[in-house]
Formats: sequence, C-alpha cells, structure tokens
Amino acid sequence: MDYTTTILTGFVALYIFMLAAFTGFEIIGRVPAILHTPLMSGSNFIHGIVVVGALWALLNASSLPEQIIGFLGVLLGAGNAAGGYVVTERMLQMFKPSTKTPKE
Amino acid sequence: MNAALLIDSSYFLAAFLFIYGLKRMSSPLTARSGIVVAGWGMVLAVLASFLYTLDVNEAAKPHLNTNIALALIALAFGLGWAWRSGKKVAMTEMPQMVALYNGMGGGAAAAIAAIELIGYKTHGTVSLSLAVLGGLIGAIALSGSLIAWAKLDGRINGTLRFSALQLVNGSLLLVLLSIGAYIIWHGGSVAWPVFAVFFALALIYGVMMTMPIGGADMPVVISLYNAFTGLAVGFEGYVLNNPALMIAGMVVGSAGSLLTLLMAKAMNRSVANVLFSNFGATSDEAEGEIAGSQKPIDAGDAGINMRYASKVIIAPGYGLAVAQAQHKLFELVKLLQEADVEVKFAIHPVAGRMPGHMNVLLAEAGVPYDIIYDMEDINDEFKDADVVIVIGANDTVNPAARTNKSSPIYGMPVLNVDMAKQVYVVKRGQGKGYSGVENALFYADNTQMVYGDAQKVMVSMIQAIKSLGGGH
Repeated sequence: MDYTTTILTGFVALYIFMLAAFTGFEIIGRVPAILHTPLMSGSNFIHGIVVVGALWALLNASSLPEQIIGFLGVLLGAGNAAGGYVVTERMLQMFKPSTKTPKE
Repeated sequence: MNAALLIDSSYFLAAFLFIYGLKRMSSPLTARSGIVVAGWGMVLAVLASFLYTLDVNEAAKPHLNTNIALALIALAFGLGWAWRSGKKVAMTEMPQMVALYNGMGGGAAAAIAAIELIGYKTHGTVSLSLAVLGGLIGAIALSGSLIAWAKLDGRINGTLRFSALQLVNGSLLLVLLSIGAYIIWHGGSVAWPVFAVFFALALIYGVMMTMPIGGADMPVVISLYNAFTGLAVGFEGYVLNNPALMIAGMVVGSAGSLLTLLMAKAMNRSVANVLFSNFGATSDEAEGEIAGSQKPIDAGDAGINMRYASKVIIAPGYGLAVAQAQHKLFELVKLLQEADVEVKFAIHPVAGRMPGHMNVLLAEAGVPYDIIYDMEDINDEFKDADVVIVIGANDTVNPAARTNKSSPIYGMPVLNVDMAKQVYVVKRGQGKGYSGVENALFYADNTQMVYGDAQKVMVSMIQAIKSLGGGH
C-alpha cells in the first residue's frame, strides 16, 4: 500500500484550528452551569492527548537531555490523561435524576 | 502493513471520539457515557503511538530500546500515580486536583517544545514560532497551576503583593517575548543556555502571575490555565504534525477560554480584573458600619419552623462541604419533603470552589439534580419563600453587592435570599467570608443566625422535626 502522512501546514492547519476552535466554543456554550466543573475536568482530560506527542518525542530522542526531558514529558502527560479521566468519571457517576424521570 | 496509515486512522478516530465524548458530556443524562467514549479515544491514540517505534529518526535508532523502556516506565508511573490519587481525592478537593493534572499537561507540552528546540529539530518560521509559543504557554500553565493547586490545598496561604508587582511581571513578560523572538529570528540555532533561560523564566513568570491572586478567584485562574494548556498542546501538535493534538488542543483551548469568560462573568469581573487587580486587598474602612445586630436562634427551633413552612429554599456554600454536612442536609430535605414542604436548592454560579462544584458535592450526597436550580432560574422565587436557609455561604448571598456601591463585591450577582420572609444563616461563628467582606444579610431584621458546625446543626434540626412525630 502506498501511503504517506499528509503534512498539515499553512492554510490546511489554519482550517483545522479554526474548525476545532468553533467546535469547542459550540459545545461549551450550551452547557448548563451544573456541568461546568465536570466539563472543565473533562476538557482537562482531553488535552491529556499531549502524552501522544511526548511519546513521539521520547521515542525519537537521540541524546541524554532529550531522553530526560522526554521521560518527564511522558510522565506528566500520562498523569494528565489518567488523572483527568478518573476524577471526571467519578464526578459524572454521581449525577442522578430524582425518582421521577426529569422532562427535558 | 503501513504503520503511518494505521497511526493516522487511529488519530482520526480518536479525534472523533473526543469531540463526540465532549458533546455527550454536555448533558447530565449522557455525561457519564461521554467521558467513557473519550477515554477509549485516548487508549486508542496511546496504543497507536507505539507504532512510531517502527519508523524513528536515524539518530534515534541506536537508542530505540532504551527509549521504549523509558516510555513504558514513564507511562506506568504517570498513569499509576494519577489513577490512585484521582480515586482517593475527596470531592471537596477536586478543584486543586484538576489544577494539578492540568499543570502536568502544560508541563508535557513544554517538554515537547524543549526537545524540539534543544535538538534543533524544528525548521521554518511558523513551526518554530508555534514551538516557542507553545513552550512558553505550557511552562506558564505548569508553574501557575502548581501555585493554584498549592493555594487551594492550603499549602501556600499568603498572597505575594507589592506595588511594583505588575511592573515586574510586565517586564518579565517582555523579556520572555524578546528571547522568544530572538530564537525565532535565528531560526532556532542558538546556544542551549538560551533555551534554558527561556524556560526557566517562563516557569518563574507562571509563579509570579499566580501568586498575587486570592483564593476566591482561583477557579477562574484554573480555567484559564486549562485553556492555556489546550492552546499549548494544539501548537505543539502543529510542530509535530499531529492532527490529534491539534484538534484536541484547540477544542479545549477555545472551550476553556469560553468557560473562563462565563465564570468571570458570573462573578461580575473581567478576566483582566481577576489577573491584575489585587482583589481582597481592599481595606474595611471603605465599607462603613452596618447597623443592627446579629440575632441568634436555636437550631431545633429553626428546624421546626421549616417543618411548618410551605416553601423552603436552601442556599448552600462551600462551608457546607467543609463541614461534610451534605448527607445530613439531604436527610433533612427528605424529612421536609415528607411533611409536604416544597424544597429547592439555589446554587450561585461560584458556590464552592469552581462553578458547578456545589452541584457535584450535592450529587455526591444523593440530592437529585432536578431540585437544584441555578441562580437566574430561582432568584425571583425567594420573595415567595417562607424560609431560606443559608449554609456555609457568605459573599454569594450578601445584599451589599446590590446596594452598597463602596463594597468590594458591589455589582456581583448574588442570590436574593434577603427577600424571603425568614432567613436562617447556619454559620460557624461571626467571621467574614472568603473575600473578607462583611455581610449585611447577617444584620437584617428578617435574618436569624444559627451558630455551630453545619453537620451538628443539621442533626439538631432533624431531631427536632422527628420529635414532633409523624403527624402531617
């Protein structure tokens, strides 16, 4: 199979950034205040994806300083992702409607 | 099999799962499944990343085995520590935990920038600029979040303030931007100490920026740093040509910015005001004396009066959670409901330590979310309420915010509890609120104070109501 990764640069990157920014804006804009804390925590989890970038950087490290910084990067990124997930999940688990089902 | 294709499709799927998960998280009915969906996206993306090992740089090939081992160790430790600490943390301490995890993400983004820069791996003005900028923002988010965490956790109590602070911070930022511009101007090929100074100063700036901000404003700051980290991750995603980072980072960057604005608006402050004005440093003299005295009432009597009311509104604050009284409160609510009293909760947008934090704490006690109302939905109902009971809240119910122009919190939207026929304030003692502002509500004619630990007060109220017998 002939496949090479597309290099996302210039306007393509700009389009991605713009559309992603609108997506984030739209999702949060309609959220009831009761979910603000879990949502902040949830978005905190999502930028834990940085661990993937740190992994790439560490795997491509070719000197000791790079390895040290890369190690720290993966460590911190993994903490961000795992911690963000656990606390968000714990919070959302507790939200329950009363015995009668609410009409939305 | 083509590894690049597999990696790219995994990232595509992960990006979709993140956005879909966030979308589901935005409604209470589907929120739980939302985080699970996003979690699977993360697992997929991390697993796919190990395919990078099939195609690393020439220079990194001799180190590949070491690097894989390092990666596995770092993943195991980071994951293990965060998982355990996340499971253990009490719901009241959630805000500082979010700050801590957020700081770690910022640190990871800064680490990516550092590797790209010291390895001279980034070329082209745009890539280089975004690497530098992402590194700067990430480092600020790291040290700033750590300070926010330490402050909320009670590890740092004072606030650092001196008159020239904003000048010092401004100069520091200017120096940082100059070094950044210098790096970009030289195409990234500067000696490594320049990078070291750059990152060290960025970390210091994060500390200096956060130290003067008081605890009451910390939620806004955490939310801001959350947006910062998102932006940093998005920028580093561009540098690494990784669309998953670009999309996830930018979604969080914009969502976090909006959330920050919403929070600041709820407190009637601008973000700039939170960051640059020394809130809480205002002196008491400006307020003037409040006429009247605080009138105490016995907890049991207050409980019985609530039992014979037809409508009771509860305005909880962080003090409720500190006293761990949520569960007893819910018991009281159930007793009142059995006696056909209409009970509602009124939540100020900044009740607790973050917007929505109080909802989480009440949910933990089992309070169903459909008797919990946001401020704007319930503020007109206070005048129809027979009894309003304020538990552990102070600034969010201070009528001075509506009437007294010299009050530091003037203009902040507050719950109109003072309009009820009778107000009970459950309070530990006669102290001031988190912002150090005196509360006119406590001296009002229709207010009576129930002094004591919130949990004990709840128990006394429950006992008093039960002693009346089950007669309806």
